[in-house]
This record gives sequence, C-alpha cells and structure tokens, in this order.
Amino acid sequence: MPTTANPSTLAKTWRKPRSLRDRAMTVLAGACLVVALIPLVWLLTFVTVRGISRFDFALFTQLPPAPGMAGGGLANALVGTIMVLLVAMAISVPFGLLGAIYLSEFGRDSFWARRVRFATNTLNGVPSIISGLFVYALLVRSGLTGYSALAGGCALAVLMLPTIVRTAEEALRLVPQDLRWASLGAGASEYQTVVGVVLPSAAPAIVTGITLSIARAAGETAPLIFTALFSPFWAENFREPVASLAVLVYNFASVPFAPQQDLAWAAALILILMVLVTNVLATLFIRRRSQ
Amino acid sequence: MTAATHTRERSPGERRLDRALVLATRVSAGAVWGVLFLMTVIIVYTALPAIREFGLGFLASTAWNPAAGREVYGALPMIYGTVVSSTIALLIAVPLGLGSAIFLNEDFLPERIRYVLISLIELLAAIPSVIYGLWGIFVVIPILKDVGNWLHLNLGFIPLFGTASVGPGMLPAAVVLSIMILPITTSLSRSSLAAVPPDLREAALGLGATRWEAVFRVLVPAAFSGIAGGVLLALGRAMGETMATTMIIGNSNELSFSLLAPGNTLASLIANQFGEATGLQVSSLMYAALVLMFMTVLVNILAQMIVKSVRLRNQ
Repeated sequence: MPTTANPSTLAKTWRKPRSLRDRAMTVLAGACLVVALIPLVWLLTFVTVRGISRFDFALFTQLPPAPGMAGGGLANALVGTIMVLLVAMAISVPFGLLGAIYLSEFGRDSFWARRVRFATNTLNGVPSIISGLFVYALLVRSGLTGYSALAGGCALAVLMLPTIVRTAEEALRLVPQDLRWASLGAGASEYQTVVGVVLPSAAPAIVTGITLSIARAAGETAPLIFTALFSPFWAENFREPVASLAVLVYNFASVPFAPQQDLAWAAALILILMVLVTNVLATLFIRRRSQ
Repeated sequence: MTAATHTRERSPGERRLDRALVLATRVSAGAVWGVLFLMTVIIVYTALPAIREFGLGFLASTAWNPAAGREVYGALPMIYGTVVSSTIALLIAVPLGLGSAIFLNEDFLPERIRYVLISLIELLAAIPSVIYGLWGIFVVIPILKDVGNWLHLNLGFIPLFGTASVGPGMLPAAVVLSIMILPITTSLSRSSLAAVPPDLREAALGLGATRWEAVFRVLVPAAFSGIAGGVLLALGRAMGETMATTMIIGNSNELSFSLLAPGNTLASLIANQFGEATGLQVSSLMYAALVLMFMTVLVNILAQMIVKSVRLRNQ
C-alpha cells in the first residue's frame, strides 16, 4: 500500500460515490422513459387491435346499424367530419394566415403585435368545450344556424385559429430578411413582396402547420357535442346536425352493444391513422426541404 | 440599362393594394382579440341569470339540484374535482416527463432511436382525448378497480381511500389525465433542455462535474423557465380536458374526499349535462364554464409570464 496519497487514487476515492450516484440517476431516468412509454404504446396497440377487426368495405360505405344490430359502418361520420373540417378551414385558414402576416411582416415587435400574440396564446389555452359553448350560445341558441355542420365548423375554427396564427408566423419569420429587402429594393410593392416572395418561400412550412392543425381538429369532440350534435343518417346539407367520427366514439363508447363498441374502436383507429399519417408526412416533408 | 439610382414610383393601384393588404392583415389579427372578447361577453351574458341568483356563493355551495321548482346550483364539488384531478395528474406526469426529457436529451441512446422516440412522443400529444377516454373505459378502469379495492381494504382508514371502488372515479380519471399530459410535458421540457447552449454543459464538465451534476446544477436550472412554462401549460390542459374525464370520472355531483369515489370536474359537468339542460341550469352551466375559463386563462397567463420574464433576464 502506498503511504503517500497519490493524486490518482485520491481522485478515485472521492469520485466513487459520485459515479455511483450518476449510474443510479441514469437508471432512474431511463426507467422514467420506459414507464412513460408503456401506457402510450399500450394505447396505440390496443386501439389498433380492436379497431382493425372492423376495417372492411362496409365500414366506409354504410350507415351505423340500429342499436343492438350488427354490421353497418360509419360512412356518414366520415363525411360529416370532412364537412365540419371544410367549414373550419374556410374560416380559420384565411384569418389565421392574414393574422400571421400582420405579426411577421407589419406588426413585428410593436405594441399591438405583442398584444395580438398574447391573445393568440390565451385563446390557445381556452378549453375546447368552452369554444363549443360559445358557438352554441352565438349560433345555435340564437337560431342563426341551429345544430349543424356550420356551427360545428365554427367551433373548430375557434380552436384552429390560434394554432394557425402561431405556426404560420413561425414559418414566415424563418424567411430570410434579405429576401424582403431584395424584393423591395428591386421595386416590388409590399403586396408583391408578401404575396410573390415571402409567402411562396414559407409555403411548405405553412401548409405543414395547417395540415397538422386540421388533423388535430378532426379528433376534437367537446366543441362538437353541442354544435354539430350527431345524426345516424347521411347529411343532406351544412345546415342540419351531422355525425362525426369523434362524437361517434364518444356516443358509442358507453352503449352496451358490442357492434356499436366495435364501430367506436374503428373510428378511433381512423382518427389515430389520420394523425399518424399527417405527422409522418409532415416530418418527411420538412426533412427533405431542409436537406 | 444603367443601374437604377432612384426608387420606382408605385402606381396608385399598387398603393391601394398595399393599403388593402395591411388593412386585411390588421383586421384578421384583431379577429383573435375579437373572438376572445366575444367569447367572454357571450358566456358572461348567458351566465347572468345564474350569477344574479347565486352570486359568489355558487363557488362555495355543494348543491346541484336541477329538479324543477327547487333548482339550486353550486360548483364546489366540480371545482374541487378539477383541482384535485389535475394536481394528481401533474404529480404523476411531471417527474416521469422530466426524467424522460433528461434521458432523451443525453446521449445514452443512439441518435436515430432518440429521434424516433421523440417523434413518437410528439405524435402521442396529438391523439384525440376521446380516444384516451375510450381506452380508459376498457383498460384503465378495470385495472384500477382492483387496485382501488385493495387500497380501500388495506388503507381504508385514510380518507383518500375511504370508499370502495365502483369503477369510474377520481383516481382513474387522474391517471388517464396524467398519461394524456405526459407527452406535452416531456416534449416541452426536452426542447427547453435542448435549447440550453452546449457551452454551459462543457464548462460544468470541464470544472469536474459528473454528468448528472451538470444536469441538475446547470442544465435544468438554465432550462427552468421553459420547463415551468411547459408544466403550467400541461396543468391548463388537464384542467380543461373534457372528453376523457367525462367518460371516466363517473359524473357524480357529490363532494367526496375519497379518490376511489366518482367525482366530477367543471368540464365534464358541462359535457354531461348541457345537452339536456334548460332555463336556469343552462346559465348555471355557463357560470361553471366561466369559472373554468377564468382558471385556465389564469394558469395560461402565468405560464406566458414565467417564460417571458426569464427570457428578459437572460438577454
């Protein structure tokens, strides 16, 4: 045994408990990740297994069966979801995009731009059921639209608006300032600069953001239960109650009939696939652009 | 052509187009305020009869009786349920989410696997809440019913486990909520950790810190504002979460301190009763919505302030 403390052994003895503690923390953090992933993977596989059994031609072409009856499909809910989303897009995309252009091109860091950003974040945090109640009181109760795809679309538009403003502003801000200066310097007007130069170069990121927000809105249930309501039949027009996949899951989850429950799982799987496909496409798209 | 030394004069038509564009963008930006304002006004207006009838006592009363003629409404059990379920959800989700975020931000796993896991977690944040509810009914409730009954048998003397489990209830709702907010907690914490300049870590390691000393004394404090903001956003989500809670919590308007008993939150009360409500019940539900809106907006503004104040300090 060496009698004089040599630096390396000294270092080792005071390091030992520290490195042990480090190992323990690594294991603990890894365990957190595993525990966090278990329910999420469980949910994904469970929905896939339960939902896939009903994936047949009838699912996409037929109406839901009467309570207790087997077979049928959820075609009307599929169509209804698309109708509600169309209305939501028609309202939220133009307003959201123009609002984002104001923030990134004209307002920038001014007093009003900061107030608008604050409102956007606040609106983004308002629970989705509240936007449903708001549209109910504004359009349904007042008799302006009644229970309808129109009202449901408006409720979803309230939810999509802040998301679109935020993602579009981020996308616009990534456009290099030089491009704007070059365009204005070459004699283009503000309009020509924004529409001909800035928007096209931010377009891929904006489209990606809008697509993701649509996929997310497709699964929103709370805003629809008092606005679009539900319907077991085909939707004739935008002014009457329509079925949607999300509300179908909610309604059929708690009925005691197995065929209805199967439809709920199939609808859940369709919603998850929509989110999955749009997310994967968006990631691939962004990756290819950045290469 | 020689290089232009003067700027081109814009034609009146172009100027008009420019002004129209600026005006249109201003109006659209103002529309965000407009929606927020109109929403508040309409909800307050519809809630007015209930506000007049019950005043602030609405917040402290436990009565909820829609029987015609003797209508009384109070939201205390639902406010309690909202606070308790989201607090428990945070207590579960924050440690797990932060641990996962740190793990994913270190180089324990190969780059590709980390990338896949991070994308998976971000994807899970986008799964509709009604699907978590459906899964909760068929998977979480049956499992937690057994766990709950065991807790009641062995620890029943604690008021939190004072009743036998009937299936739906506060505990399964809180557990499903925690699973729902795990992805957003993890992904916001991880992105704040990833935004910390690498110099800070390198300096800490250079001074002799171990990996985890660097994480806890340098990285996490540096990313604190982002993490705290993310946690508050997750809290806001949990409080306003509607579908999953409605499907799992049992929708009982009785105030019970037992986590195994059915309960209610403000959001699930609205989702569950609004469809059949008339008269004073409608305005009482709107009053409940106003309370919920106030709570979530408050949490949200707090989150924005934390993120902003720390950003200013760092500049």
